Amino acid sequence: MAEGQPIDQQVYDDLIARGKSERVALAKARAAAVRKQRQAEPDETTTSTTERAQGGVPAASEPAGGRDPEGAGQPARGALTAEQRRERVQQALAGGGQDGNGNGHGGPGGPRRQMPLAPPSGVQQIKGKQEDKVYTWPHLIASEFVALLTILAFLVVFSSLVDAPLQELANPTESPNPAKAPWYFLGLQELLLYFHPMVAGVTLPGVMAAGLIALPYLDRNPSQRPENRKTAVTIYTLFMVFWGTLTITGSFFRGPGLNWVWPWVDGIWFNL
Amino acid sequence: MSRIPSAEDVKRGVQDSVVWRSIFRPGSIYRSGYRDTSRDRALAAMNNVLYHLHPVKVKRHGLKLSYTYCLGGSSFFLFIVLTVTGIFLMFFYTPAAGTGTELAYADMQQLTTSVPFGELVRNMHRWSAHLMVLTTFLHMARVFYHGAYKPPREFNWVVGVILLLLTLLLAFTGYLLPWDQLALWAIVVGADIAGFTPVFGEEVRFLLLGGAEVGPDTLLRWYVLHVLALPFVLTIFLAVHFWRIRKDGGISGPL
Repeated sequence: MAEGQPIDQQVYDDLIARGKSERVALAKARAAAVRKQRQAEPDETTTSTTERAQGGVPAASEPAGGRDPEGAGQPARGALTAEQRRERVQQALAGGGQDGNGNGHGGPGGPRRQMPLAPPSGVQQIKGKQEDKVYTWPHLIASEFVALLTILAFLVVFSSLVDAPLQELANPTESPNPAKAPWYFLGLQELLLYFHPMVAGVTLPGVMAAGLIALPYLDRNPSQRPENRKTAVTIYTLFMVFWGTLTITGSFFRGPGLNWVWPWVDGIWFNL
Repeated sequence: MSRIPSAEDVKRGVQDSVVWRSIFRPGSIYRSGYRDTSRDRALAAMNNVLYHLHPVKVKRHGLKLSYTYCLGGSSFFLFIVLTVTGIFLMFFYTPAAGTGTELAYADMQQLTTSVPFGELVRNMHRWSAHLMVLTTFLHMARVFYHGAYKPPREFNWVVGVILLLLTLLLAFTGYLLPWDQLALWAIVVGADIAGFTPVFGEEVRFLLLGGAEVGPDTLLRWYVLHVLALPFVLTIFLAVHFWRIRKDGGISGPL
């Protein structure tokens, strides 16, 4: 895009102050300058293109009498009232509906050509969705490196202070009381106390895994915003709370014979 | 008397050498030096085999700690820590048990007493493993709350769930290897749960344990699964997972 185009400094400063990226601010300031210029002097470009749109390129799909409210001798765009203009846009959209992308860029085969209406300086060509991006190096790599070092430091310090458990030699004839699974299966073990093993031990976890895998195909709500997906968020949160409660119960509230204990009274039977 | 080459001359000589130019691709910053320009920033990411897991540019909101909490990356890093510490531990461990051949347990004792840094590395391996289960689970929650499993990322969610299950299996198989009372009985409980599988219960249990009861065969079986088979499968799924992140348009959002 050509440099040295006029920009609206005030809009630019305002956007920068509001934390927009330089690129976005520049584009908007440029557009604002063009808008201002066009408002000040409804220049000949617009006039001529309006005439061209009315005479030179008759829109095939235009409803008959679509131009009536404007009248034939409409001078320039600036002379239209806001209401008239809105009506005109409505008509254009209704006529150009099969355009597909709805932006009126219909191309040669399209029903209507609106591109010439805008002076070249005001056209911003955006390919794909405009996104606010930064370079992976150094921005992302640097923060990833910090995260990596933090984890490593934590691991080394924690491992120097806390030893992994190593009990007596395995003895298949002498079962400890209670015998507990690793902590990530303690929710499952807790569930086994309430239901038949075939339900709690296999069927339920199986259904859960299948449900998780199928989730994106079951939840067809396209929105990513939390306020639009309250049901999904509620169900998942309940699932997490349910599972977390079971795991914590199985870890800290179960003692010898897997009977209920209060950890602050009877002690903790839990190994990592 | 010939002039002593300056550091700059030496550097240029190295960078122009055939060997150096064969190692670093055309355009690499190690060939032409790094200046802080857009071009060199792009090349730095593009010409590095590790960095180019990422695209050259990423969405700005993805940098925020409060968006990802770095959970997926942490899980991956913990996997690398586990691989490195695990290789170290393999040097000092024999997966043999049974009367008269309690090598596994003896090796564990040796590791904690006689091997330099043995105890530290074993601790790191164990705590990383627990932490990885946790971060993977939290990563899944994060992805869910951001709705990041929605089109076009449905399949990557599926891969992610498989990775979580593989992580659990890796943690569980590793749990048996110290061959102490804690390990044995945790696995007995776990295998009993698997034995309740409808119809094939006994078969599943037998397949898992390599016998009717937890014994030396189970140890060998789970050792091979733990150090070779599962990490291999996990790595493949990890590769697909990372590849799909890029193909599906990078990180999801912003919300």
